[in-house]
Amino acid sequence: MSFDVDLELLVGERRITCALASHAKLTALVGPSGVGKTSVLNAISGLLKPVSGRVTVSDDVLFDSDRAINLTPETRRAGYVFQDARLFPHQRVEANLAYGEKLAAAADRWITRREVIAMLDIGDLLGRWPATLSGGETRRVAIARALLSAPRFLLLDEPLASLDPARAERLSLLIERIRDELAVPILLVSHSVREVERLAGHVVEMG
Amino acid sequence: MILTDAEWAVIALSLRVSLVAVLLTLPIAYALAWLIARRRFPGRMLLDAAVHLPLVLPPVVTGWLLLIVLGRNGPVGSWLEAAFGITLVFNWLGAAVAAAVMALPLMVRAMRLSIEAVDRRLVGAARTLGASQFKAFVTITLPLSLPGIAAGAMLGFARSLGEFGATITFAANIEGQTRTLPLAIYSGLQVPGNEDAVARLAVIAIILSLGALIISEWLVRRSQGSRAHVL
Repeated sequence: MSFDVDLELLVGERRITCALASHAKLTALVGPSGVGKTSVLNAISGLLKPVSGRVTVSDDVLFDSDRAINLTPETRRAGYVFQDARLFPHQRVEANLAYGEKLAAAADRWITRREVIAMLDIGDLLGRWPATLSGGETRRVAIARALLSAPRFLLLDEPLASLDPARAERLSLLIERIRDELAVPILLVSHSVREVERLAGHVVEMG
Repeated sequence: MILTDAEWAVIALSLRVSLVAVLLTLPIAYALAWLIARRRFPGRMLLDAAVHLPLVLPPVVTGWLLLIVLGRNGPVGSWLEAAFGITLVFNWLGAAVAAAVMALPLMVRAMRLSIEAVDRRLVGAARTLGASQFKAFVTITLPLSLPGIAAGAMLGFARSLGEFGATITFAANIEGQTRTLPLAIYSGLQVPGNEDAVARLAVIAIILSLGALIISEWLVRRSQGSRAHVL
């Protein structure tokens, strides 16, 4: 089972529930905006503590309220690609890439910096500051940074949103390659079923 | 403008007192700023108010409190003397401590604003990439709030240069030890015929203070955009 999630969250006054179980290499979580999809990703990554439930990824228990298991974000090893990328503004692209790579244990790494840079075609961006990147470039760098942190799984939050059709198509092909070539389960959040039809082996609707 | 040796000595003492005051306060002010900006705990409002107290309390009261706590018979003062042989009353170190306490609120304010301006979501991103809470603080929050630290230090320096009431109460007005610029100007005014010397020192005080203020404001604008400000 790549993802086995059953969660009850409290965000402000709002109660959000989500249950999904998937064997697919790429699972899509789809629903209208504001339904709480990002909160689910935050809970899976450990940034948001659920009220109750459990999160199991590739048979590793990350959270289980019944057994009082709640791993810290840094030990969950989520490759979380935020919708707003969250590149560190005071570091060049190269330092952003190195951030998670340096923190990962050597034994956990499963991809080299060279492979990631080639796959995402960001070799020309290494010396740039995040503020100078286009939307598509920012997202590619964010994906690369996540891959280099030796993640157990990837969380992609609206990776194709607010890109023009050509850039969205290019990124979509990239995600397909990551899905097919790398042995890392992916949970992708999107507001549109159409967008994920081609990518997802399993679609979960929320809300 | 030609200054006498005694006037140069006053300026040198003022700069030394202010520099030591800022260095003393820097780590304490940043820790307080971080606590108030990022943590929610009972008594947070009280701490915030206490930090700002020297800003509104009559400086002579602050000096008097320092005298009670840090004086030779005070609980902390007697301990300092017994354990380290350090006395703070009537010497330049005491003047630095008085300036430090008076500078604290301004420094905390500037640093707090810059810590609050650091996007917490970046800290979250660092955590998912494998950084512990402490590592994320050192690599994200600290460097991104550095302009605020520098601006706060300059503000504190300017405030320390101008410190008068708490200093004269706690450390007294001793030439070469605690007679900083404002105290020297005050002393000059007590004796007729010193108008020129007073004017010279006053001009120096204005130049130093204005310079420190402009540098701190410039530091914040350069890093956080033209609409950000520290004053």
